[in-house]
Amino acid sequence: MSLLLDHVTLTYPDGDGRLTALDAVSLDVPAGSLAAVVGPSGSGKSSLLAVAATLVTPDSGRVVVAGTETSSLGPAQKAELRRETVGIVFQQPNLLPSLTALEQLQVMAHLSGRTSRTARERAGELLDAVGLAVQAHRRPHQLSGGQRQRVNIARALMNEPSVLLVDEPTSALDHERGAAVMELLAGLTAERGTATVLVTHDRTHLDRADRVVTVRDGRITEEARV
Amino acid sequence: MFVAWRDLRFAKGRFTLMGTVIVLITLLVGLLSGLTAGLARENVSAITGLPADRLAFAAPPDGRSVSFTDSTVTASQWRDWAARPGVSAAEPLGIRTLNAAAGGRTAAVSAFGTASGSGIAPGGTGPGRVVLSTSAAKELDVTPGDTVRLGTLDAAVAAVSGDASYSHTPVVWTSLGDWQKLGHSGTTPEEQATVIALSGAGADWAAGDAALRTSSKTIDEALGAIGSYQAENGSLQLMRGFLFAISALVIGAFFTVWTIQRSADVAVLKALGASTRYLLKDALGQAVVMLTAGTLFGTGLAVGFGALISGGDVPFVLDPLTVLGPAAVIVVLGVLGAALSIRRITAVDPLTALGSAR
Repeated sequence: MSLLLDHVTLTYPDGDGRLTALDAVSLDVPAGSLAAVVGPSGSGKSSLLAVAATLVTPDSGRVVVAGTETSSLGPAQKAELRRETVGIVFQQPNLLPSLTALEQLQVMAHLSGRTSRTARERAGELLDAVGLAVQAHRRPHQLSGGQRQRVNIARALMNEPSVLLVDEPTSALDHERGAAVMELLAGLTAERGTATVLVTHDRTHLDRADRVVTVRDGRITEEARV
Repeated sequence: MFVAWRDLRFAKGRFTLMGTVIVLITLLVGLLSGLTAGLARENVSAITGLPADRLAFAAPPDGRSVSFTDSTVTASQWRDWAARPGVSAAEPLGIRTLNAAAGGRTAAVSAFGTASGSGIAPGGTGPGRVVLSTSAAKELDVTPGDTVRLGTLDAAVAAVSGDASYSHTPVVWTSLGDWQKLGHSGTTPEEQATVIALSGAGADWAAGDAALRTSSKTIDEALGAIGSYQAENGSLQLMRGFLFAISALVIGAFFTVWTIQRSADVAVLKALGASTRYLLKDALGQAVVMLTAGTLFGTGLAVGFGALISGGDVPFVLDPLTVLGPAAVIVVLGVLGAALSIRRITAVDPLTALGSAR
């Protein structure tokens, strides 16, 4: 299951006119592949991610997430698509303060109406996979920045998404932790066969991506295989 | 309620503070409700306890409403009422508030005069014989066989029965003849009473009123003819109403602030795929849990306080209506207040979870 953006254009109101955030952008990310999207601030990277996550509806063009054409979906159907098919790793971990690390993952299953023991076991396995089995019952304020980011990643994988959207995962981490997170994302993409889009301005760890897409002024200006 | 339960446990201080406010409001409303019902009982229990369908007052002058104080009915009126089709009983009832004395004690009482053999008074009254309510007997410290002085009339206590009370004074039941000797309020020599207690099915009350120059009211309507009852009950009900409104506003304000504070979390949950319905249910469930717990605790305290004071001189009624009724209203109004605040969840944009769009 892949992610396809086909001639997507997105504009925002800007004073009396409109600002073009994405200008006929096309991107096809197959299953099991990690595409890194790089570019300066304001280039349209996060707009691309927001469109792929169905959080914003583009002015024109097609967005197909795991085989589902999203333009005709209503808000509830888009929420369901995000819940069942898309995993989002936020730039800031965005963990809920009242939940333990384990519960941050369990809530994903709960949103989908799954409250079984299996969901708890899977949450435990995922935390184990990101090296946080010991910290499973700690709340966000009891975790380090790197640990919170790993919970963020594990949460995105909880519902076995076909598409993984990752926003600046290393921006708050030092080099060593950033490298570990990139290693983890590349490994998970290959192992679980997700179509992963990674938005970053940090070019340090791009060797872990299958290809690098450069965005500037809302357009894809360069695409290179690693 | 996956997140809601955990929020309740995590933000203990915040929810405890709000819960305490709900407990105190519930306690206050519970005590006020018991007191309102207790005062109302002291005001009207003698009237509500009458075995009659309606009370006929003397027709008031145009533009005025009926009043126990101003009403005087005559023997011809109650005899004519008794003769009307569908009327099974028309009993004269005289009501007068006066001082009673026994031994060295005095007390304000309401003398209720009824015709001999009338079914509306406890048995035992007759010329020179009265029946005291328990409160009157207690205040005057008399028992059957003792003598009490009602105004200018000395009477033997035939029995102590019931706890009827009228306009905050205990009732003393007398014969109609004795009652009439206590003071004649009319200008005609004809036998008089205050109202006529009517019973019957299928009677044309309006026609009877028109023909006999009376104004008949149901028992509930007749309560409005006790001047002090309307003012007192109205004031207390207004206070209760304000307390209910305050509780809804306080709860609404709390959940408004709470929802604003957690809008970032709501945005994250929406971005992760939570439906708006799920989030509303979660938040409303949280409000219901807090309201129910606070209200139950507050009601428990009100019952405890009520049990302590209802045995004494304070007029306090402790029954399901005064205890559970206000509690249910607080929960319902609180949920409405919370629902109005929580609906702003629908406006939270999940895009904010991604940070500003670049």
